[in-house]
Amino acid sequence: MITVENLTKRYGRFTAVDDISFTVRPGSVVGFLGPNGAGKSTAMRMMTGLTPPTSGGATILGQTYRSIPNPGSRVGVMLDAAAQHPGRTGREVLRLTGIQLGVPRSRVEEVLHLVGLTDDEASRRVRNYSLGMRQRLGLASALMGDPEVLILDEPANGLDPQGIHWMRGLLRGFADRGGTVLLSSHLLHEVQVIADELVIIGRGRLVAQGAKEDLLARGGVTARSLDDRALVAAAGASGVTATETAGGVVLDTDAATVGRLALEAGVVLTHLTSGETAGLEEIYLALTSADDREGAAA
Amino acid sequence: MSTVTTTSTSLETGSRNRGPGTRHTASRPVPFTRLVHVELRKIVDTRAGLWMLIVIAAVAALAVGVLLFTGAPEELTFGTFLGIIGLPLVLLLPILGIMAATSEWSQRTGLLTFTLEPRRGRVVAAKLVAGILLGLVLIAVAMAAAALANVIGMTARDGAGSWAVPAGVVIGLVTGLTIFVLQGFGFGFLLLNTPAAIVASLVLSTAWTIASSMSQRLNEIAVWLDLNRVVEPLFSGRMAGSDWAHLATGAGFWVVLPLAIGTWRVLTREIK
Repeated sequence: MITVENLTKRYGRFTAVDDISFTVRPGSVVGFLGPNGAGKSTAMRMMTGLTPPTSGGATILGQTYRSIPNPGSRVGVMLDAAAQHPGRTGREVLRLTGIQLGVPRSRVEEVLHLVGLTDDEASRRVRNYSLGMRQRLGLASALMGDPEVLILDEPANGLDPQGIHWMRGLLRGFADRGGTVLLSSHLLHEVQVIADELVIIGRGRLVAQGAKEDLLARGGVTARSLDDRALVAAAGASGVTATETAGGVVLDTDAATVGRLALEAGVVLTHLTSGETAGLEEIYLALTSADDREGAAA
Repeated sequence: MSTVTTTSTSLETGSRNRGPGTRHTASRPVPFTRLVHVELRKIVDTRAGLWMLIVIAAVAALAVGVLLFTGAPEELTFGTFLGIIGLPLVLLLPILGIMAATSEWSQRTGLLTFTLEPRRGRVVAAKLVAGILLGLVLIAVAMAAAALANVIGMTARDGAGSWAVPAGVVIGLVTGLTIFVLQGFGFGFLLLNTPAAIVASLVLSTAWTIASSMSQRLNEIAVWLDLNRVVEPLFSGRMAGSDWAHLATGAGFWVVLPLAIGTWRVLTREIK
């Protein structure tokens, strides 16, 4: 369980994180989504006691992170996969974590296997790791203490699509056994694959949160046609909000209405779906780019 | 990278076949000895740290070799060898202290270190203890090496081979090395940047020594505040009278002060 309450961080006149509140319940994988510089990392550093909040706070498992004795054995944290000493081998990084946590030496090989790093890769120095391998190493380090909560900053960054699906399986399994997962990303499609719930922030503010399906439903209907412009015009004439995107026309209504609109306007539809990425992407961009729009949270 | 499918049983994140959160042996803080163990290991387990030790050993071996082949037989004593091995140790070990202090920032490993142990003061203390322990171990190794060199000197060069070492010299070596290692940590924590801390700790004290040799007024102050000068009687085992007071002020200014400010910085600084 992670509880974030009115978390705020100001640097001088700049507000990096602005009054954010949300909870992550055991058994769920929550994606913390926002563009670069939205305040995700700052918020996560405040949750783990590395950055003092200006006001508000966060508790993990009912207490502040700093007051958890041996926190690494209850909360697995990875704040930056790139932040590893290049002169150490992957195995040595895990050995150090293991010694500190007081877990048996055999746990190193267990977590290496868990994250899919081979014996040979573990013996290499981190300097020679790809970003994807560093992500796996960081995740292995977070899992060393067999924690109840995972806090991961951009864990899918640098992973190939296969790796992202692998991570979904790993985190889903962790949550199904009662674990709590909060992971951040600036890429919607990544989070869409991995997380069940989304917390979206833009410019330090919470703009939307809720189950992925609910947010996807808010994405309206995506249509492609032989004449998108005519479709948009027809929608406009009927008072339906429509936007042309790269993925097609996104309409803020249901599929039947769009079908009828197209029929009346004589436009040939080639594609019609609801709850598609293009819609959520549109919402995500709109919500996080506008300075003054505090989207009504779901 | 091996392929792991989403259906594989290797997805088990728990090690003991049960869900996360069912074990609560975690309610005790990490013992300090374990923190020291980790910090000690971190000093020597990187390529840079390992090379530093190799360089110290190589320089010491070179100096011993030169002395063995070119020194006058009456010079070849345990005390001389110990002194010559101690020199690179005193010069280079503080750099290991600096690297141990600054790598948490320059390599950003502090993100992990200070999440595993949020009580940062304990991490700082563990680093200092680890640095001093390493110094003691290396002094023991230096003594063994000096003894070996002394035996070689006796057999190969008919050296004097005296084993007599005033206790003051050994105590001086231990104390002096501790002071310099702590100075390394002090500058490391103060500047949190490896090259800057190395340059500052070496250049500043040397510049001060040079400057004070040129000015009479500075020279009077330097008696109290030149670290190189105040530790001199310590290493030669001739500490007497006001030497202790000079040592206290010199070490206070060059070691305790940076260490205090540096520790305060580490405790309060945001870790990114």
